[in-house]
Amino acid sequence: MSRPFIPKVVTANRLREGDVVYLAADNRWTAFHHEAELITDEAHAQMRLLHAAAQRLLIVGAYLADARPGTNGPEPTHFREDFRTRGPSNYNHGKQADFAS
Amino acid sequence: MYSYSDFDESFVRSRVAQFTDQVERRLDGSLTEEEFRPLRLMNGLYLQLHAYMLRVAIPYGTLSPDQMRQLALIADRWDKGYGHFTTRQNIQFNWPKLPDVPAILGALADVEMHAIQTSGNCVRNVTADHFAGAAADEIEDPRPYAELLRQWSTDHPEFQFLPRKFKIAITGAPNDRAVTRAHDIGLRMHRNGAGEAGFEVMVGGGLGRTPMVGRTVRDFLPSGDLLPYVEAVLSVYNTLGRRDNKYKARIKITVHETGLEEIREMIEARFAELRPLFGGNDQRLLSDIRAAFAAPAFRNAPTGAFDAFHKSDPAFRAWVDTNLAPHRNDQYAIVTVSIKAHGQTPGDATSDQMRLLADLAEKYGHSDLRISHEQNVILPHVHKSDLPTLHAALVQAGLGTANIGLISDIIACPGMDYCALATARSIPIAQEIALRFQELDLEHEVGPMKIKISGCINACGHHHVGHIGILGLDRAGVENYQITLGGDGTETAAIGEKMGPGFAYDQVVPAIERLVTAYLALRSEPAETFLMAVRRAGLAPFKTALYGAEGAQDAA
Repeated sequence: MSRPFIPKVVTANRLREGDVVYLAADNRWTAFHHEAELITDEAHAQMRLLHAAAQRLLIVGAYLADARPGTNGPEPTHFREDFRTRGPSNYNHGKQADFAS
Repeated sequence: MYSYSDFDESFVRSRVAQFTDQVERRLDGSLTEEEFRPLRLMNGLYLQLHAYMLRVAIPYGTLSPDQMRQLALIADRWDKGYGHFTTRQNIQFNWPKLPDVPAILGALADVEMHAIQTSGNCVRNVTADHFAGAAADEIEDPRPYAELLRQWSTDHPEFQFLPRKFKIAITGAPNDRAVTRAHDIGLRMHRNGAGEAGFEVMVGGGLGRTPMVGRTVRDFLPSGDLLPYVEAVLSVYNTLGRRDNKYKARIKITVHETGLEEIREMIEARFAELRPLFGGNDQRLLSDIRAAFAAPAFRNAPTGAFDAFHKSDPAFRAWVDTNLAPHRNDQYAIVTVSIKAHGQTPGDATSDQMRLLADLAEKYGHSDLRISHEQNVILPHVHKSDLPTLHAALVQAGLGTANIGLISDIIACPGMDYCALATARSIPIAQEIALRFQELDLEHEVGPMKIKISGCINACGHHHVGHIGILGLDRAGVENYQITLGGDGTETAAIGEKMGPGFAYDQVVPAIERLVTAYLALRSEPAETFLMAVRRAGLAPFKTALYGAEGAQDAA
């Protein structure tokens, strides 16, 4: 039996700024992981990745990252992706500063 | 200090113009990312975890005050007000935006700096002893040779597409402060039986996933033969080096697979062909370059004030004892300014600190600044009578930490806080170790100790040559840290040995503390350093300290 598909989000960096972004279901690139489209089907994941890779004036380095459903939307499962949602741990820089409420 | 020739100037400016055009074409869609990526890497621009990163070369670690001020300006205008000094005498800006990078490169060119060949499979920034031209044990300033190598390797048509990156380090002293044995080519100056100065040439050193100590291919190379010999090494490597497998492409693997004797013969044969072709031009150029590195006009003045201060002020004395090194002029000292106040990020300097260091170098240091691979800033020429005033100014700016060579003077790569290749974080581990030993007030008691931390197997944090090395890995989706012991980056270079199972993130500091406690208990006398104790007592007592008596059996 094949392994169950681990849900994914499409993530990349903005071409101009380098900021981490995620592909939302409505094709927006959002800064927030919880606004990303949680993809549960492998074929759909490949389609979304192709869609992302074609947007070469907006983003760079699109890939599929493991994720899981959470209370506010998709959450990262791996610590690397978790760090990418916030920024570095030594300074209050990156998203954690840009979107501090 | 070396000043750009018209040729250097026009070359760097033309590269800035080229890259400006390339960035425009990337932004308007004329270039794809696949086409653009190698072009941006040739200019030191990486895409990291949270942003772009620009790596700027500081050739042989030497900076003028104006260059340092320009780095501060770049940090303020286009980044977040700081820069990160790396373990290869580069500075990295962690937050540049792509459309701004051409302007940054232009600002660098204004002070004769660039980011060329700080990435890619070419000869990288040539690094040197950070005490060059000042150290008491030095035979000759190695920087003219390093500058000669820089000019020769920059845009060298034969060596732009090597099998893999290529790193050269050089020292003009028999004591190796430049980790020459961990470089693709290491050059260590010494004297032969006739008293002439020349280089021991070591080839195939390197850290990374297959750490190796460099092998000596020439015990003594007359210094006049340096360039043809280095070209011969590169030429042999360019032919033999493996392009089929990235992980076997470094020259250390070539040396290992070919055998030392055979590769030595090939280098010598190629050298015999190349040497006559040089025709003395390299030596004429070297002699011009040498003039640019003439020693400053040292002051002749009494040092009595220094002696009196040293006796009366314990804070000053502690700083003198750890942060100063002997200068070849005994009225002078080499000052290492620690940019590793406890809890700070190793290697980071704010723009204010950069400007202050530039001012202090002008006032008290013959306008000379150095960046060490150990991620500190050096004022190589300070008259002893100026030390009390200098120290006071540093303390006021938070730069007076007396910890050089001690447990909190940690080398750490950026790790997973910034680097796209990292498998775990390095910086917070370094911060927590430093804070813990400050809290214990133990570091002066512990004495000389080099902790080096890498956030992945590529070993930018030099963990293999740390007395204690820490390597951060991803074990089943969790950060895990492997500890090695007994590494040494000096002329007695050694690769540290793995202790046993790794430690979870929050168990690393307690593990280091247990190692230090074990050392303090077993050292024969305070003068026996940690490294000496490891060499004498072996790993067993330290394994017991890490894993307990039973666990040490399993780890053996």
